[in-house]
Amino acid sequence: MYVAVKGGEKAIRNAHKLTAKRRRGDTSVPSLTLEQIAQQLSHAVARVMGEGSLYDETLAALAIKQARGDLIEAAFLMRAYRTTLPRFGYSKPVDTAEMLVERRISATYKDLPGGQVLGPTFDYSHRLLDFALAAEDDSAEPAVETSPPEDVAMPRVTDLLGDEGLMEPDPVSDETAPVGDLTREPLSFPADRDLRLQNLARGDEGFLLALAYSTQRGYGRTHPFAGEIRYGEVEVEFFAEELGFAVTLGTIKVTECQMINQFKGSAKTAPTFTRGYGLVFGQVERKAMSMAMVDRSMRFEELGEEQVAPAQDVEFVLSHSDNIQATGFVEHLKLPHYVDFQAELVLVRQMRAEWFEKRRQEEDSGDAAQEAAE
Amino acid sequence: MTENSSQSNTDGTVEARRKVMATLAAASPEAVAERYETLSPPDYDLVRQPETGLVMVRGRMGGTGSPFNLGEVTVTRCVVRLRTGETGSSYALGRNKTKALQSAVIDALWQTSDGRDKIEMDIIRPLNGSQSTAKETVKQETEATKVNFFTMVRGDN
Repeated sequence: MYVAVKGGEKAIRNAHKLTAKRRRGDTSVPSLTLEQIAQQLSHAVARVMGEGSLYDETLAALAIKQARGDLIEAAFLMRAYRTTLPRFGYSKPVDTAEMLVERRISATYKDLPGGQVLGPTFDYSHRLLDFALAAEDDSAEPAVETSPPEDVAMPRVTDLLGDEGLMEPDPVSDETAPVGDLTREPLSFPADRDLRLQNLARGDEGFLLALAYSTQRGYGRTHPFAGEIRYGEVEVEFFAEELGFAVTLGTIKVTECQMINQFKGSAKTAPTFTRGYGLVFGQVERKAMSMAMVDRSMRFEELGEEQVAPAQDVEFVLSHSDNIQATGFVEHLKLPHYVDFQAELVLVRQMRAEWFEKRRQEEDSGDAAQEAAE
Repeated sequence: MTENSSQSNTDGTVEARRKVMATLAAASPEAVAERYETLSPPDYDLVRQPETGLVMVRGRMGGTGSPFNLGEVTVTRCVVRLRTGETGSSYALGRNKTKALQSAVIDALWQTSDGRDKIEMDIIRPLNGSQSTAKETVKQETEATKVNFFTMVRGDN
């Protein structure tokens, strides 16, 4: 237990000043601008927006700068900032079929309608350090190729298989049903899929990656295929009460992942592919994939599977996925626990005294017995 | 604060206004400011000060299923009323209050019978143009990465 302490104000103030100095580093090196961070560290920005659960590139860039690149600390700053703002309401659900697609791949279909576009990706790169980027002047814009686009629709891959009945359909949408919101009520169990997806969408990338990996290695196998991953801009629409119509707020970039998993079937329904779903802010494919895999794992009950692995344990996963909560509890151990520890000290002293006393008595009685035997 | 939009709810005006507001929302603060400078600013009252808040963005399970909450976005909105009575509104992602105010004024001017054409020509059309160009560039660059995978066949025998 943490008991408040007094004092240390001056040291704390000075430590924060020192942090500011260390953050800035050598002043002969130009200071980072928020534009530079937003433009050139876009994956870090996306991660902070996702885990901070607040889409605002400039704010995320500021958070990254302030946190000296500590992305969990930056996400923490985002979460704290959002509490200072009023909530206007909920958007209409974004339509990912209408995305301005910058990347769309499928590991299951070579020739899917609309085609596959690689877009910006680290895939197929050799992971060799590019020392050209270390050169002083890399300000020239790298040349890219262009092609005249075919304006063809890019239906979601799951909609294609759905036509044949091979794919588990999306849950029927009940627009009047309340949608759980973790920012309004704390997590409770059992948690329905709406809450699970919200939790995963803002969950820690590393934690979800490890859980997804564990399912591949046999802890709750779901045999996933990346049915489709798409990344690009979607419009956000908001119904403005006072206007009486929905306004378009602008566009955000999201990554969507449709994982296709093995069959389910019962006496009533024929076997079909089952699905896990991932949707995250920005281009964060690793997390979108992990989210989809963990989402699928946690659907074990509804799909009539046995619970055998950590990734299926809804309470375990959802209670530990939030890195803001996790870091809060782990890092609070750094704060003074003197009173608490004092109590433990008294306790351990007493236990030791009793232990030594008991041993002395045993030795005494042992000596007495030996003397008697002699 | 509430706006009686009955006059603009008739015919396709709502749809047209939605597009105007969407174009302004999608434009950068610099682009809106630049176009706004071309106007002779009208007299207006602030009905609602530029205000920044949050909208919770929703997605759908599996893409088409029931809604779930994805995460929040920052949004800034503003409402003004011209001395001639028209009420203009703005809603846009981000935290720029100047853009919110200027967009609301532009929206109000668009609703005036003698102002609409000028707003369409001098503000909405150029903004739309640069937004379409930017989208087209993304599409062209993306198209150049279109891939055709071939499945390798093992031997003939």
